[in-house]
Amino acid sequence: MGEVANMTAEAQAGALQVLTFDLHGETFALEAGLVQEVLDLTPETGVPGAAPFVAAVINFRGRVIPLADLRLAFGLERGETTLDSRIVVIEHNLDGEPALIGLRADKVHEVTSIEIADTEDAPRVGLRWRTDFIRCLARRGDDLIVVPDLEQIFETRGGARGAVVHLTQS
Amino acid sequence: MSLDDPVETFRQEARDLLEQIETDLLDMEHRPGDRALVDAVFRGLHTLKGSGAMFGFEALAAFTHHCETAFDRVRKGEVAATPELVSAVLAAQDHMRALAEGGEASQAEGEALLAALRRAVEGEGAAPVTAPEAAAATVWNIRIKLPADALVNGTRPLPLLDELRGLGPCEVSAIIDEVPTLEALTPAECHLGWNVVLTTEHPRSAIEDVFIFVIDEMILEIEEVAGAGAENDAPALAEDAPPPVEIAARAVKEPAAEAKASRGGDTVRVPAERLDELMDRVGELVIAQSRLEQVAANSAEPSLRAVSEEIERLAAELRNTMMVVRMVPIAQLFGRFRRLIHDLARDTGKAIEFITEGETTELDKTVIERLADPLIHLIRNAADHGLETPEARAAAGKAKTGVITLAARQAGAEVVITIADDGQGIDRDRVRRKAEDAGLVAPGATVSDQELLQFIFHPGFSTAQAVTNLSGRGVGMDVVKRTIEGLRGSIEVTSQPGEGSTISLRIPLTLAIIDGLLVRVGQGRYVIPLGAVEECVELSVEQDLRSTGRSLMTLRDRLVPFIRLRELFATGMAPDPHQKVVVVSTGQERVGLVVDQILGDHQTVIKSLSGFHADVATFSGATILGDGGVALILDVSHLVAAGQRQDAQMRAAG
Repeated sequence: MGEVANMTAEAQAGALQVLTFDLHGETFALEAGLVQEVLDLTPETGVPGAAPFVAAVINFRGRVIPLADLRLAFGLERGETTLDSRIVVIEHNLDGEPALIGLRADKVHEVTSIEIADTEDAPRVGLRWRTDFIRCLARRGDDLIVVPDLEQIFETRGGARGAVVHLTQS
Repeated sequence: MSLDDPVETFRQEARDLLEQIETDLLDMEHRPGDRALVDAVFRGLHTLKGSGAMFGFEALAAFTHHCETAFDRVRKGEVAATPELVSAVLAAQDHMRALAEGGEASQAEGEALLAALRRAVEGEGAAPVTAPEAAAATVWNIRIKLPADALVNGTRPLPLLDELRGLGPCEVSAIIDEVPTLEALTPAECHLGWNVVLTTEHPRSAIEDVFIFVIDEMILEIEEVAGAGAENDAPALAEDAPPPVEIAARAVKEPAAEAKASRGGDTVRVPAERLDELMDRVGELVIAQSRLEQVAANSAEPSLRAVSEEIERLAAELRNTMMVVRMVPIAQLFGRFRRLIHDLARDTGKAIEFITEGETTELDKTVIERLADPLIHLIRNAADHGLETPEARAAAGKAKTGVITLAARQAGAEVVITIADDGQGIDRDRVRRKAEDAGLVAPGATVSDQELLQFIFHPGFSTAQAVTNLSGRGVGMDVVKRTIEGLRGSIEVTSQPGEGSTISLRIPLTLAIIDGLLVRVGQGRYVIPLGAVEECVELSVEQDLRSTGRSLMTLRDRLVPFIRLRELFATGMAPDPHQKVVVVSTGQERVGLVVDQILGDHQTVIKSLSGFHADVATFSGATILGDGGVALILDVSHLVAAGQRQDAQMRAAG
């Protein structure tokens, strides 16, 4: 519900401040307000038995935070890490509590603003991704920027837990 | 911050005051004649009334006023502090608490409580204990010196002197020795003292009562002028023979000082989150320090090494101090149960003596808070199911009064809390029947005594034949067990039929710090809580080969199931040639964990895992290592349970 309220507030403002980054050739965007910090790669610790979407934890300033890979939610291949690879640390509610979460990124661009007027909902067909994972799509030049619906992705652990949530609830 | 809110500050103060009043009231049940207690309760009520009115809690102030009035009469010796009166005030106190918290407290209930209070006071009023009879006048020499900041704190000396004058004719002279020169004089400070020669028929206690609200801070010397009616000792004090004058004055002052200390004289109240933040910073500092240490070790610069060593020492001290800061005496927790026992005794009609031991044992504050509910449940169980009725006890040849002992002691990095009763013990036959009914055990199967007792921790297991108001509802023993395990603790039961039961809880000193054994499995590093580690042995090649089908090894003539962590964690790497087995246990159960290498012991700050990993039951948390890497902490109780399950399946499969 809060998501909807947010969207209307932003729609009135007209523009959305976002941080854009690449994942396997696709451009994604996160609301800039969520982003805490962009880190260089740090040593990761795998968590055996965890969902592949959050298979590791890292040390972020003395805190142990999960490292999530959005590529798994969007069925993208996991590429080699490069000099450009980064971890975007965001603050997001997880099961009702604010939590710090690291997201993998192949390359981080800049903070930019996207016009709400230029965004559109994900089309129901013609997209190989789960539409409920996409909050909206924004056009910038020839580029298409994906604004992921983190709420939904985190809720389903990147799609590992139940295909569509309301179907599994009885 | 919430503490800046004056209303919240008042609530906090009210909570403390009520707690203190409750403790004093409960003490009074055992020492009804103790004046210091009566005074302490009276002062507590008076302060509560005053602060309540100041912060707009009118209903609370009005209600408290009645209790204060009742206690004023006790203080003046007009009525005795009978058990009825104490009970009435205790009951009234719950009402005050509700009023202070701003909850809906019904007017009618308040009226009923006050009526009960009046009855308790008046029932006694007909026969006053020691009506102060007109005693012959005594001459007292009184020296009064108020603290320098008394005026600033709102004490007014003149009404005090007026009140003394009300006791009888007196001569007042000022002591001006300590008045500084004009340049050094601070006008807001009290530099004067007074000498008062008072002739009065009232006892010494009446003089002390004048100063009741300032006696903790001030100097008050009261001397009886020799020869003037020395034989007329104050009737109210007649029971305890009046010792020499100076000592008497001391004796009055000491309990007051004690009461003050227990209210926390020089303490600072800090929100727990700030301590947690501080703890996090200390954790980070320790990590940064070990990085510095590595840099210094590789450097030829002697001054860098010196600084590094200095910082290492400081960081270690800081960490220890930080741990101590979080510790609070368990007395805080135990104190709450005295009221519980009082109520339980009333509700069950059983005579219960409650003994607490080791109240100074310290535990992490978070742990103490989380222990409250399980302990309430265990004490209720002991009183309700454990102890027999006085008749049944008499028939069994026991003392009519049942004893419940709550004890705490430190054992290494753990605190052991025991709840013991001298009741009827756990009825094995009934446990067995219930277990068979619930399908936990096949009829006629042999079950060891310890295993049988463990059934009481099974969900939905209650041996109470009837659900009473006290127990047999709400939380069960399974919840108690889960809570204790959530604290990384363990729970054990012993019970002798006819002699009583003892439940022991072993709780780690703190949730924030862990002493662990650092091991390597594949490329990952893991921490096993050291408290659970029994021993480390090498997994011999023969055992390794022999055990491919069944993961069991023989350890000192006992078969111990083991888990290959490499397989569990699917490292996908070839095992090291010399694998080690770390044998861990919870209570009676043991299991071996096969690891590639044992790296050593490791003490660090525990970090909880995020909601993403809450479903990974193998790990209870994570910790940051000296090199900045993260190691996961193994949840031993889960692994032991998994090992035992695996073993049971193997056995079933043959």
